[in-house]
Amino acid sequence: MPQTTNGAAPAGAAPAVAPILEVEGVTLQYKTKEHLITATYRVDFKVYPADRFVLLGPSGCGKSTLLKGVAGFMRPVEGEMRLKGRRIEEPGPDRVMVFQEFDQLLPWKTVRQNITFALRNGGRCSRESDADEIAMNYIRKVKLNGFENTYPHMLSGGMKQRVAIARGMAMEPDILLMDEPFASLDALTRRQMQEELLQLWDDTRFTVLFVTHSIEEALLVGNRILVLSPHPGQVKAELNTHMHSHANAGSPEFIALQTRIHNMLFADRVLEE
Amino acid sequence: MSATPASVRAEPVERPEFERTPLDARKIGQIERPLSVVERMWNVQVVRNFAVLLMFVVLWEAYTQIANVKPLLFPSFSDTCIALYKAFADQKLMAKIWFTLQSLLIGYAVGLVAAAVLVSLASIWRVWADILMTATAMFNPLPSIALLPLAMLWFGLGTASLVFILIHAVLWAVALNTFVGFQGVSHTQRMVGQNYGLRGVMFAVKILIPAALATVLSGMKIGWAFAWRTLIGAELIFGATSRGGGLGWHIFENAEQLRTSQVFAGLLMIILIGVIVEYVIFRNIELRTVRRWGMQR
Amino acid sequence: MADVKTDPIERPEFERPSVGKANTADVARPLSTLEKVANIDPVRKFTVLLTAIVAWELYTRVAKVPPLIFPTFSDTIVALWKGFTEYGLASQIWASVGILLAGYVIGLAIGAALSFIAVSSRFGSDILGTLTSMLNPLPAVALLPLAMIWFGLGAKSLIFVLLHSIVWPVALNTHTGFMSVAEPLRMVGRNYGLRNIRYVVKLLVPAAFPSILAGMKLGWAFAWRTLIAAELVFGAASEGGGLGWFIFASRNEMDIPGAFAGLLTVILIGFFVENVIFRNIEQGTLVRWGMQSS
Repeated sequence: MPQTTNGAAPAGAAPAVAPILEVEGVTLQYKTKEHLITATYRVDFKVYPADRFVLLGPSGCGKSTLLKGVAGFMRPVEGEMRLKGRRIEEPGPDRVMVFQEFDQLLPWKTVRQNITFALRNGGRCSRESDADEIAMNYIRKVKLNGFENTYPHMLSGGMKQRVAIARGMAMEPDILLMDEPFASLDALTRRQMQEELLQLWDDTRFTVLFVTHSIEEALLVGNRILVLSPHPGQVKAELNTHMHSHANAGSPEFIALQTRIHNMLFADRVLEE
Repeated sequence: MSATPASVRAEPVERPEFERTPLDARKIGQIERPLSVVERMWNVQVVRNFAVLLMFVVLWEAYTQIANVKPLLFPSFSDTCIALYKAFADQKLMAKIWFTLQSLLIGYAVGLVAAAVLVSLASIWRVWADILMTATAMFNPLPSIALLPLAMLWFGLGTASLVFILIHAVLWAVALNTFVGFQGVSHTQRMVGQNYGLRGVMFAVKILIPAALATVLSGMKIGWAFAWRTLIGAELIFGATSRGGGLGWHIFENAEQLRTSQVFAGLLMIILIGVIVEYVIFRNIELRTVRRWGMQR
Repeated sequence: MADVKTDPIERPEFERPSVGKANTADVARPLSTLEKVANIDPVRKFTVLLTAIVAWELYTRVAKVPPLIFPTFSDTIVALWKGFTEYGLASQIWASVGILLAGYVIGLAIGAALSFIAVSSRFGSDILGTLTSMLNPLPAVALLPLAMIWFGLGAKSLIFVLLHSIVWPVALNTHTGFMSVAEPLRMVGRNYGLRNIRYVVKLLVPAAFPSILAGMKLGWAFAWRTLIAAELVFGAASEGGGLGWFIFASRNEMDIPGAFAGLLTVILIGFFVENVIFRNIEQGTLVRWGMQSS
């Protein structure tokens, strides 16, 4: 992990590397049976290679909707999203999504088949044997060796999420999209999964866009946080958090930043009173 | 994991932080707009179904009129409506419908009671559970209409025979589903019931039946579907062997005399009754119970 | 009570070393052989069946029930034997099963095609929805008189009514199954690049399999009932064939043991399809995938 300390780059300087994902002035709307709802309003941000970019905000700030937009499941009503300079039009295996729900695994496929299914249909492998090899490699990475021929219903929640992460990573996408992947887990498993994710990132340096509503998780997992205001979601701040990890959780700086973000998110509430 | 060579460890790019004040939500304009009346109407399933139905009727009428289809083979929609009107006026269709419904209601009610008794016994004694499961495994796949020839021998040509085979049609499907549903009630819910002091009948009524209602209802629906099919079939056979009285007989008799529009009128009534039972009665029960409780989508 | 606040009593803390295995008695004791045998489901069911048969035989013999009303078990078995050897029961079974299979396969194909059309557009889904809600509650056998006008007395009419009894439950269940596939699973499929027919075959069909299988079972149940009823009507209207007709004819000749033998055959076939064929499909798919408890 980077050892640099706070505020290295001078204000206003554009980074030399090209961003992987550019989101510019994106407004997203969706329809329920009775209403048309604006989820985000003119949001922009850029994600650079090897970022652990976190979308943080209270429920109703449209962060999950934003992620679905990047995945290509929704089209923006204004603005544009580009992946490596190409406009995002529809879902594709270059942006793999990991969901919060455990039922994202295909129940009729074993752990290994879930991964080979993705590899074969996502167009990464044309031969089953190649897919098998890659799948086994990633199964080992998420420490699930021995479970490769197990069906998902036999696994615990944490193991299921590991399979989903392995499936996503095996695709080696340009960007990995994670929609509150640890929100349904118990506290101990969640912490363990966060550490494992960081370990995996340290091994392969993939780019990940991570959605969460937990300030603590954002500080632990991310190197950069986009703070969104609620209803409709608008950009409130972008912060650097690469200096925080499990090692310094509970330190005064950590808690100070936590408090700062907390005040940012709930400032409106104070003002209204 | 983009095309970075393994030797170079990609480090995330550092860039300055910033903070912004978001626009006041009121200035953005419509954040949440109700859909227009037309959009909302079009979202109502019944409206859409009705539109499709209307389309079918128009197609049917247009086709039979333009292609000059022989009314003997396929009468037009208007002919069918006239036939329906006539059937109510001079063929006493109402009496036939009543005759059919009467046997159906008696058979269905007795079948439900019998199923309730069997399931209660099976829930108390394990031997009865074995008996119930063996009997349903045997008799559920047996079409009850196959019993009609024997029922006619035992009970004669009449309502008694009809009711007998209707009970058979309802009993096994309902008993099987109810019992399986009861067995599927979660241990936690059972313990909650016992914890609050429910025992015996009260336990069944207040815990088991509501908890298993989705399965029980689906059993009742299958039971109804079997009974309805059996009854119409039986009336056709009665019509074939002697004079009968119900809707099935109305169809058979008119088909024999090649009054096809009357056959269509009878079919239309059968469809109507079926739609009312499945989409008005059962649907409403479901909406008020299992769907409202979120046990079924 | 309210004015005196109860404080918890303070007591000393302690820690203990864990007790070795040696001290704990009888952690898990195996059941006796008899208890184990009594817990095997087929054994219990078979015992019930045997008891029922013995009771049937004893009752009809002791109470001297006239065989014309209710024959003994042994009479029925003899009649079954005679049915196979003398009255060509095997060919009647084949007549029924052959038509049933033909109708079932065609019906499944039509049902699948309809569900595919319905899932590809909202208009298609409305058409299928309206059609099934109208035609599913219409007993197929009610169409038999009409089918006889259109196609005459024969296999065509039978297959027509069989199709009607299979297509609607299969299409209805398949369609509802497709509609209720969980949203994350749908997104996963599209995320990995599945589109159109591949999306349906590789994602929707397996994900909706519990519902599809339920539709297939219901379709079979309706078809089986319709077929027997239709054969009875045919038998009544003219010289027919098939199992239903065999029962009807036996009863008309007052060969009641023969009618019982026919019923027994109907039960055996139904039992085989539901508890062997469908059961095995379920075990191999839904139970294995954890979509349904055994």
